[in-house]
Amino acid sequence: MYLLLTTSYKVNMEEHFKTHISSEHRMFDLHLRETFQYRDLIFLLVKKDFAALYKQTILGPLWAIIQPLLTTIVFTVVFGNLARLTTADIAGDYNIPGFLFYMCGNICWGYFSSTLHATSGTFLTNRVTMGKVYYPRLVAPIAAAFSQMIAFVIQFAMMFIFWMFFLIKGGTGIQITPRLFMIPVLVLHMIVLAVGFGIIISSVTTKYRDLAMLVGFGLELWRYGCPVAYGLQLVPEKFMGLYMLNPVTPVITTFRYAVFGFGYFNLWYYILSVVMSLIVFLIGLVLFSRIERTFMDTI
Amino acid sequence: MSETMLKVSHISKQYKLGQIGGTTLRDELQRWSAKMRHREDPTQKIGAVGYKAGETFMALDDVSFTVRKGERIGIIGHNGAGKSTLLKLIARITAPTKGDIWMNGRVASMLEVGTGFHGELTGRENIYMNGAILGMKKKEIDAKIEDIIEFSECRQFIDTPVKRYSSGMYVKLAFSVAAHLDSEIMIMDEVLAVGDMAFQNKCLEKMSDVSKTEGRTILYVSHNMNTIWQLCERCIVLKHGKIIFDGDVEKGIDCYSENNYSNEPAVNYEEIPGPRWLLAPKIRLLSAAYTDRKHSKFGTDEKIKFRLAWENLSRVKNVGLRVEIRTLSEIRLATYVLYDFYSGEADKKAELTAEFDPHEFAEGFYYMTFTFFEHDVRGSQADIECRKGLCFEITSTKHTGKLNWQPAKWGYLALDEIEALSVAEIG
Repeated sequence: MYLLLTTSYKVNMEEHFKTHISSEHRMFDLHLRETFQYRDLIFLLVKKDFAALYKQTILGPLWAIIQPLLTTIVFTVVFGNLARLTTADIAGDYNIPGFLFYMCGNICWGYFSSTLHATSGTFLTNRVTMGKVYYPRLVAPIAAAFSQMIAFVIQFAMMFIFWMFFLIKGGTGIQITPRLFMIPVLVLHMIVLAVGFGIIISSVTTKYRDLAMLVGFGLELWRYGCPVAYGLQLVPEKFMGLYMLNPVTPVITTFRYAVFGFGYFNLWYYILSVVMSLIVFLIGLVLFSRIERTFMDTI
Repeated sequence: MSETMLKVSHISKQYKLGQIGGTTLRDELQRWSAKMRHREDPTQKIGAVGYKAGETFMALDDVSFTVRKGERIGIIGHNGAGKSTLLKLIARITAPTKGDIWMNGRVASMLEVGTGFHGELTGRENIYMNGAILGMKKKEIDAKIEDIIEFSECRQFIDTPVKRYSSGMYVKLAFSVAAHLDSEIMIMDEVLAVGDMAFQNKCLEKMSDVSKTEGRTILYVSHNMNTIWQLCERCIVLKHGKIIFDGDVEKGIDCYSENNYSNEPAVNYEEIPGPRWLLAPKIRLLSAAYTDRKHSKFGTDEKIKFRLAWENLSRVKNVGLRVEIRTLSEIRLATYVLYDFYSGEADKKAELTAEFDPHEFAEGFYYMTFTFFEHDVRGSQADIECRKGLCFEITSTKHTGKLNWQPAKWGYLALDEIEALSVAEIG
C-alpha cells in the first residue's frame, strides 16, 4: 500500500515503478495491504512456534493446560480458602464456584499477558531475520498473537469442560445465555489491546532495553490491578471510576459475565476500554511503522 | 531499450558514530550526569578516542544508478566501501537518510542463506518457512518444492530436522530455496562463499541461467573476482560510499584493484621489512628498477628490463631468482626463472640486470614478486629472500588489430598462434 500510494504522484517518470523506497516517512504508511499478502508467512510462523515449543516434550500441548490449572488451584486455595476474598462481581445472592471464577480470570489474563509479552519482544527476538530479509515487520507481532491463541483455545476448551460440569451438577448461578456470543468480540478486544501495548514496548526497546526488564514483573503487578484474584465487589464504590480506567478490567468482568450468564457489565466502562484499546493500538501502529524503517541501525 | 527495473537516485545513508541505542537508561543517565559535572563519560570504552557528539559517518554518499531488466551487476569495493549498506537499502532492511529508490517487481534478498531456518523443523518445513520469509506464497512453493529438493541434493534427509544437518547440507538447502524464488530482482551478498566448489559453480550457473532465460535482474556483491566474472556483465565499484566506476566488468575490476598498482618504475626496499614467513633470509634486496624508462608501461614488442641490487647477509652459493607474475586481482599467472646466477661472501653487495619478453601477455596490469632461492646441500631448494616487486602495464597485445582479446574469458596469456599443418575441404 505504502508503495502504491507514494509512487502515484511523486516524480515525473516515464516508467511506472511498483515500489518506492524513500527517505521520507509518512505517518500512516502502515503497510497493511502488504502485510495481508504475507498471510502465508503468518500461518507458517504460528505453525513453527507451535511445533518448536512442544518439540522434545513428553506432555506436549498438555503443558498449555497444566499451567493455568495449577495457577487456578493455587488461587482457589490461597485467595479463596485462606484469604477468603470475595468472588462476586455484583452484590446479590449468586453462588459462584470459586474454581471456575479463578480459572476464567486466569485464562483471560494469561492470554492478554502472554500476547503482550510475546509481541513486546518483536524487534529484539527477530532482529537476526529482520536484518537480512525484508518482510512486513507487522507480520511478526501478528504471528505472535496467533501463536498465543493456540494455548488460549486449549485452555478455553478445558474451562468449557469444567463449565459443563458445574452446569450439569447444578446449584450454581451459571446459565446458558446468548451473552456467550460476546466471547469472540472480547477475545478480539484483548488481542488489539495486548498487541497495541506490545508493539509500543517493542518499538521503544530498540533503543532502551530497560522496558524489556519492566515487562516481566510489570505484568505480574498489573495482574493484581485486575479482578483476577478477587471479585469486583472488593473494590470500594468511590474508587470504581479510577479502577475501571484499567482497560483490561472491563474485558475480564465482561468475559465472566458472558461465561456465567450473569455478573458485572457496564456499557460505558466497556466502551471506554474499547476506545482506549484502539488508541493504544493506533499509537502502536504508527510508532511501529516509524521505528521499523531504521531499527536495524540502533538495535 | 529494455525496461528499467531499479532506479537508485541520490541515495545517502548516514550513521552516527559512537554509542547509539542498545544502551540502557542507566547508561544514558550516567552519561548525562557526567556531562553535567564536566567529568569524563563513564560509559565510554577505555582508551577510545573521544568523538564529538553527533559526529556522523556517511556509509553511502549520493549514489545514483539505473538497472535494466536482465542485467547482472557485480558490486565491488573494499571493506567499508558501502556495498552491504547499498544492498540493505535496496532490500528495505533499513531506510535511506536521503534519496529515493524505485523498483519494479519483487526483491529477493539473499544477504544470508537460511534466514528463518529453525533447527527443530524438517528440511521440507524449512523450505516453506524460508520461502515464505523471502516472499513466496504457499502455492508457489508447492509448485516448486520438487525442484528445490532436487537442486539441494538433500532428498534423503528432507524429512529430518535441520539441526541434524551438516553445515554444508544446511547451506545447500537454503540456497536452493533462494535460487528458486520468482522475484524479478535478486540481491546476493557473497552467499556463494559457502558450499563446495561444485555446488558454487552450480549456483552461479543457475543464477546466470535464470537471468538469461527469464530476464531476472541480479545484484551481486563479492570479493571473489572470479565469481564476479563468471556471473556479471556490468560492474559498479564503490569507494568510501561513492561510485567510482560503473561499466564493464574487466575495467571495473582493474579500477578496484588499482590500489595494488603503482606506476613507479623503481622500488626501494631499504625501509620496508621483509616477509615474516621467511625463516632464514640470506639476502636482503635493496632496490629494484626498470633500467630504460621512467614509467612502467610496456608494449608486447618490448622487453622488460630491470635491475636488482642486494646485500648478502651470509655466504650464498648458486643463487637462483624467480620472477612470479600476478594480476592485480591476485591471480598467479606465470613465473620466470633464472638459475644459479650468483655466489658470494657475506656482507658483499651485488647487482643484476636482466630482461624477459612479455610478448604473450594480454593487455592489463600486472605485478612481479622477486624470490631468491638457493640449493642447499641435499639438493632441495630454499627461499632466501622474497619481495613484492615492480608493477607493469602491458599496453597492447600481439593480437591488436586482429582480435579483441578478452582476458576475463580467454586468460591473461595470449599464447603463440597454432601452426596449421594442412587445410583442405573434405567430402
